[in-house]
Amino acid sequence: MWAFIHKLGSPKWFYALSARLQPWFWALAAVLIVIGTLWGLAFAPADYQQGNSFRIIYIHVPAAFLAQSVFVSMAVAGLVFMVWKIKVADMAAAVMAPFGAAMTFVALFSGAVWGVPTWGTWWMWDARLTSMLILLFLYLGVIALRGSFASRHSGARAASVLAMVGVINIPVIKYSVDWWYTLHQPATFSVTSSPAMPVSMWLPLLVMVVGFYSFFIALTLMRTRNEILRRESNKRWVKELFQEAQ
Amino acid sequence: MAFSSFADFLAMGGHAPYVWSAWGVTLFFLLASVGHARLERRQLIRGLKRRQRRDQAYRASPQNSTGGQNAPAGGGHHDA
Repeated sequence: MWAFIHKLGSPKWFYALSARLQPWFWALAAVLIVIGTLWGLAFAPADYQQGNSFRIIYIHVPAAFLAQSVFVSMAVAGLVFMVWKIKVADMAAAVMAPFGAAMTFVALFSGAVWGVPTWGTWWMWDARLTSMLILLFLYLGVIALRGSFASRHSGARAASVLAMVGVINIPVIKYSVDWWYTLHQPATFSVTSSPAMPVSMWLPLLVMVVGFYSFFIALTLMRTRNEILRRESNKRWVKELFQEAQ
Repeated sequence: MAFSSFADFLAMGGHAPYVWSAWGVTLFFLLASVGHARLERRQLIRGLKRRQRRDQAYRASPQNSTGGQNAPAGGGHHDA
């Protein structure tokens, strides 16, 4: 196990392993997102109260899940980098931040657009909405902080610390709908009870959620590989990858 | 199928602007993420190859044929 973790920390080994894993995650993501989109948009029944605006759930919930999961992954990667000095962990954390910010924006945007026909307002300083907005600012802060140091190592350390501190916002987001029940409805999925929706509504949602997670994994693998090429461009093994026939 | 016609599907029961704008923004970010990652990879590989060619040309030129002691900046040193 330790040998495996140690190997995973080696950019060369990670580059080889991720090359084999990547196509599977891309394929899974593409298939599930296409199926989930068609299913959710055209085949799932309309909600008896909300009508067809309810279909926004099929992107809103996966994006909101990812917005939080990406932040936790980034904080864990930051911790691994700080404790064990594993460079690949920092490369992964660096490429996760922009995607996490994008997903947070998507969750906020789709929620606002959904709020107009459903709540009659696109924004309210509700606890869930506000804590998600704070999450977006945390992502932007992590990205800005990383870029604001002359040395890459200092930037990486500062970004890791902010990610680890900022992770406190995640339980606040999760429990905000229970602690301050103002506007946003409570969770759709829970581990302990069955969903309040019929199967024909939540199954396509599950497909979309798994599809979005696969997309995140595939994208992170691909961009971490890019980051390895960028940072390790002086290493012999990288040069040998692109040796042209003489 | 929850709709009786394609026009019905596009209209989304009067909720078309909300449903389609939410979907459009999401797809834009997903596709842009993939596009950016692919472009990034192509550019990095092009840069690595260009440097390789430059290093080779440097080593092949007559005044540098004696060895690799004075390698150009950014290349030539083996730190594997």
